Amino acid sequence: MNRINRKFNQLKRKRKKALITFITAGDPDLGTTEKLVPEMAQSGADIIELGVPFSDPLADGPTIQESSQRALKSGTSLAKILKTVKRLRKITEVPLVLMTYLNPVHRYGCRKFVDECESAGVDGIIVPDLIAEEAGNLITMSKKSGLSTIFLAAPTSSPGRIRMIASKSTGFLYYVSLTGTTGERKSISKSLIAELKRIRGMVKIPVACGFGISTPEQAGKVSRYADGVIVGSAIVKIIKKYGKTSRTVKEVKKFVSSLKEAI
Amino acid sequence: MLPDKSGYFSEFGGKYVPETLMYALNELDEVYKKIKGSRTFREEFLYYLKQYAGRPTPLYFARELTRKLGGAKIYLKREDLCHTGAHKINNAVGQALLARKLNKKRIIAETGAGQHGVAAATAAALFGMKCAVYMGREDMKRQALNVYRMKLLGAEVIPVESGTRTLKDAINEAIRDWVTNVRTTHYLIGSCVGPHPYPSIVRDFQSVIGEESRKQFLAVQGKLPDYLLACVGGGSNAIGLFHPFYKDKVKFIGVEAAGRGLKTGRHSAPLSKGSVGILHGMRSYLMQDSGGQICETHSVSAGLDYPGVGPEHSYYKKIGRAEYVSATDSQAIDAFRQLCETEGIIPALESAHALAYLKVLAKKTTEKQTVIVCLSGRGDKDLDIVTKKDKY
Repeated sequence: MNRINRKFNQLKRKRKKALITFITAGDPDLGTTEKLVPEMAQSGADIIELGVPFSDPLADGPTIQESSQRALKSGTSLAKILKTVKRLRKITEVPLVLMTYLNPVHRYGCRKFVDECESAGVDGIIVPDLIAEEAGNLITMSKKSGLSTIFLAAPTSSPGRIRMIASKSTGFLYYVSLTGTTGERKSISKSLIAELKRIRGMVKIPVACGFGISTPEQAGKVSRYADGVIVGSAIVKIIKKYGKTSRTVKEVKKFVSSLKEAI
Repeated sequence: MLPDKSGYFSEFGGKYVPETLMYALNELDEVYKKIKGSRTFREEFLYYLKQYAGRPTPLYFARELTRKLGGAKIYLKREDLCHTGAHKINNAVGQALLARKLNKKRIIAETGAGQHGVAAATAAALFGMKCAVYMGREDMKRQALNVYRMKLLGAEVIPVESGTRTLKDAINEAIRDWVTNVRTTHYLIGSCVGPHPYPSIVRDFQSVIGEESRKQFLAVQGKLPDYLLACVGGGSNAIGLFHPFYKDKVKFIGVEAAGRGLKTGRHSAPLSKGSVGILHGMRSYLMQDSGGQICETHSVSAGLDYPGVGPEHSYYKKIGRAEYVSATDSQAIDAFRQLCETEGIIPALESAHALAYLKVLAKKTTEKQTVIVCLSGRGDKDLDIVTKKDKY
């Protein structure tokens, strides 16, 4: 069984919810990423998403756009990220998910990407500009490699689409909390809770909710209605603030712990 | 007829977008399918093209230019004479009418040279819609006149500071706006790019260029032309001219922007020098590096300064239906001057790329042959740029 499923099963038995944290790999450099992953896991991150930087991240708000730019400037590439994951696998068993736009994968070669994800120890992939019905090849290849394909469902997805998306998703379903790009928001939309209830009634796999969740309070609130909560931009902001200094790891740990306590 | 049901021209096209937009794309697809066959919609569209945009545009025999260059007789399809000064108004009016059917009261658009932004702002003013236009900061500088025109027309022009601050980044920002406001907003894409059904919608609205040209040419010459020639950035004027001649024995030539030269890497010619990838919702030819990152592009013409191209052009390239060539900045500027001097017509720098290729074509053809060039826009907006390059 893959690490993501195992994790959700464990949490379910303990009646706990998953904290999923996102950072852009290579921001500000891959060395920092390599330090952050095990530390976040220790501070309570149940699953970690590593963003693969892309020049044109159209689902992302300014915070993650800028982090992608920093990562690209530091020379980060998909190949190097996979090597980093391989090294991380020697020291941590935290489930790792790559979040990448389609073009870097397409350029790398879908087959090669899936194979190398498997051998490096990646557990799942999220491709925000790949809708489930365009993903036939990737799904087939991933299935053979035991790699989870996590698709996104949105507030604008019809019930029919949500069922279709859930049927093609493995690991968990990524529910986008709002219509918009990634990034912090002042508050959680009022309709979100009702939507989450509706969706969890419709699908059998775990539902994790992300986009716009940036404080422990917000994470705590959403976690009551989802199987997992995804926090990205708020962590990326801390990384931006402290850069390559030793404060980065310390502050990220502190923040991740506070998220974990809240959910 | 292509695209297929999923929006593919063979392997090109498709829908590569965040899930949030799927509802809007499916709705657009359904509504467009319905109105495509509707006579009332067609009549309404053609009414505005005729009475408002000034169609049909002339097909003008450029006698002096032909004499100067030798070779095939040159006919200019005068899209520069459309209201707002370029072919972009055809699509803007069509999509604004479509937005009305979708009950969307706000439209957003991206613009490079500003011609599509102006066309979108115009259509929005005409139909009483709110309009926001995303434009790269770099392009706002080089096309300042069009920025002012958009503001006069009541549009909000939003400067784009991300990435290379040109057309590519304006599209990114427009898509981000659309993801956020998808329930109330129609994204009026200006070229035959983006996720399905946009490439075919834009093609259909722009096909009026080719349909008119075909009729006009037949009326004068009693036969079809040998060549069609158009510039290709995203490729909307080219596809609009080409598509109605698809089944005819007429050669299509698309001219990309070679910028400082194809060998310098400083160009905007994905069909000539790119590879297949995914950007802005479509699978098509792209300028990208070995890691799949999108490359910076360059062209003296803001409207061609784009790393991708419409999927139907990628398809035409693949099956050999069209030939894609390129013209450099300086070749385009020479052609710009030549048309001013020989015919008294100031072309847009975009269109000047197509004109630049006439020199090459002249050597391959005789006076018995004919070519229609799409003069996609007028050059008033480019005077600053050309003046700066003026050596005299």
